[in-house]
Amino acid sequence: MSGAEFVPLSLTPMLIGIFVAMACALPGNFLLLRRQALIGDAISHVVLPGIVVAFLLSGAVAALPMLLGAAGAAVIAVAAIEGIRRVGRIEPGAAMGVVFTTMFAGGVLLLEISDTSDVHLDVEHALFGNLESLIWLDAFGWASLLDPEALAGLPVELPRMAATFVLVGAFVALFWRPLKISTFDEGFAQTIGMRTRPLGLALVVVSAIAAVAAFDAVGSIIVIAMFICPPAAARLMTNRLETQVAWSMVFAILAAVTGYVLAGYGPLWMGFDASVSAAGMIATMSGVILAIAAFAGPHRRSV
Amino acid sequence: MSVELATLNGQQADRTARADSPLAIRGMTVSYGQKPAVFSVDMTIRSGAMTAIIGPNGAGKSTLLKAALGILTPLAGTVTVLGKSVAQMRDHIAYVPQRASVDWDFPTRVIDVVMMGLYGQLGLLGRVRQTHRDQAMACLNRVGMADFATRQIGQLSGGQQQRVFLARSLVQAADLYLLDEPFAGVDAATETAIIGVLKGLRDAGKTVVVVHHDLSTVTDYFDDVFLINTQVIAQGSVATTFTQENLQTTYGGRLAGAQMDALSGTLG
Repeated sequence: MSGAEFVPLSLTPMLIGIFVAMACALPGNFLLLRRQALIGDAISHVVLPGIVVAFLLSGAVAALPMLLGAAGAAVIAVAAIEGIRRVGRIEPGAAMGVVFTTMFAGGVLLLEISDTSDVHLDVEHALFGNLESLIWLDAFGWASLLDPEALAGLPVELPRMAATFVLVGAFVALFWRPLKISTFDEGFAQTIGMRTRPLGLALVVVSAIAAVAAFDAVGSIIVIAMFICPPAAARLMTNRLETQVAWSMVFAILAAVTGYVLAGYGPLWMGFDASVSAAGMIATMSGVILAIAAFAGPHRRSV
Repeated sequence: MSVELATLNGQQADRTARADSPLAIRGMTVSYGQKPAVFSVDMTIRSGAMTAIIGPNGAGKSTLLKAALGILTPLAGTVTVLGKSVAQMRDHIAYVPQRASVDWDFPTRVIDVVMMGLYGQLGLLGRVRQTHRDQAMACLNRVGMADFATRQIGQLSGGQQQRVFLARSLVQAADLYLLDEPFAGVDAATETAIIGVLKGLRDAGKTVVVVHHDLSTVTDYFDDVFLINTQVIAQGSVATTFTQENLQTTYGGRLAGAQMDALSGTLG
């Protein structure tokens, strides 16, 4: 494939997929070890009604209203879970499951009855995103990477996801020691002066920012998969947290690249005439990587 | 002497006792839900002594320790360390939680766990130098675990895990050591190693407080006892306080006659 074809059509969606995968997998490492892995799942479900309401109120698909809407939805979800748990005396897991699916379903209904036909906001978009459409029409080849005029035409999702990954990476790098110590032994962490509750909350907020930013570009399926699959596969490769995080980044990139390529060209190679959803294939590849690690990883837990 | 004066003298004496004590708790009440787990507890730990906190299951021993350290928020009560707040004295306190309170499948090595005790020195981004690694290795050596430094913690036996936790507290170079059930479910060799290290700390002038469950070793291991069953039953030296009567009050009917007979040789 020539640069003239690859750069405008495939480079930007692939890079966005890579940044999404890494931004979600990085905090996913800690969520997994804290047994909070489903928080990624939860966030990506809950944000849908928040984003739809934000769109209905602001009339545009813009980053700030969507983030605010998602945050508002998250607050309502937390309050609803706590309320159901207390009033109904139901275990927290069940209360969470009810709230997340109900809010997601409510978001889907809201989408159907509101007029969103002129923007990229519909049920399919919520699940799969629109990764394939994030192309770079101003580019003509590799040389465009150095051309300021062409760079100005980059899809806005690319710098946004790159910035999100930098933010998540900076948070993890800065608070690496407190995150590691408080994830392993929260009681001890408190006695050496760490404020573990705000730190745990900050981790969830950073994860939520990654999920909301990614949701816009790639939909909820890939977000859920990336929070869990690369870190879980990485855990099976090593017994050190530092190495685990490195492996999770490798697996995230691997899933994004192979998933994108297979979605675009796999069906053609197999004789079908249309490509499949890149987001769906990336999520599938992350699952395949996890399956391989589960069978062949060197540090599987002996049960 | 008037009653008021006597009360004032009493308050003055208590203030002095608290200022001198490496751990003084006043009026501590902690509750999970409706029922208090710890009720109106006063505790004054003697400096340079080894104290056992003793009581039946659910008596609030661990809860008292956690509330004293601020891990749990008490309903009421004050805690002072040499007259200052726990937050001010953090660098002087080392805490060893119950071994079962953490997930030993966590992806980390023995040496990394011990290095966690150096966070006070290293801070968020401080560089790990050879001196830090040397300190950690020296502490592993003291508990007989130097050969296991690069093992994954999940591969250790329960006793070895407990010794790693002890090494992490040693590297903190504290003056007050608080240990929650360090002898629970460990092998005999580990128990000997741990008590040796703790007595060494005591002999070096440190204060050691241990939540303990094995009544038969109390007289061998400890100087003072603190008997608790939600409320304080008694506190003082083993010789005067670790008596059959006090134990009967602490454990109610739960301490069988046979156990009492077995203990009678060791009781003060």
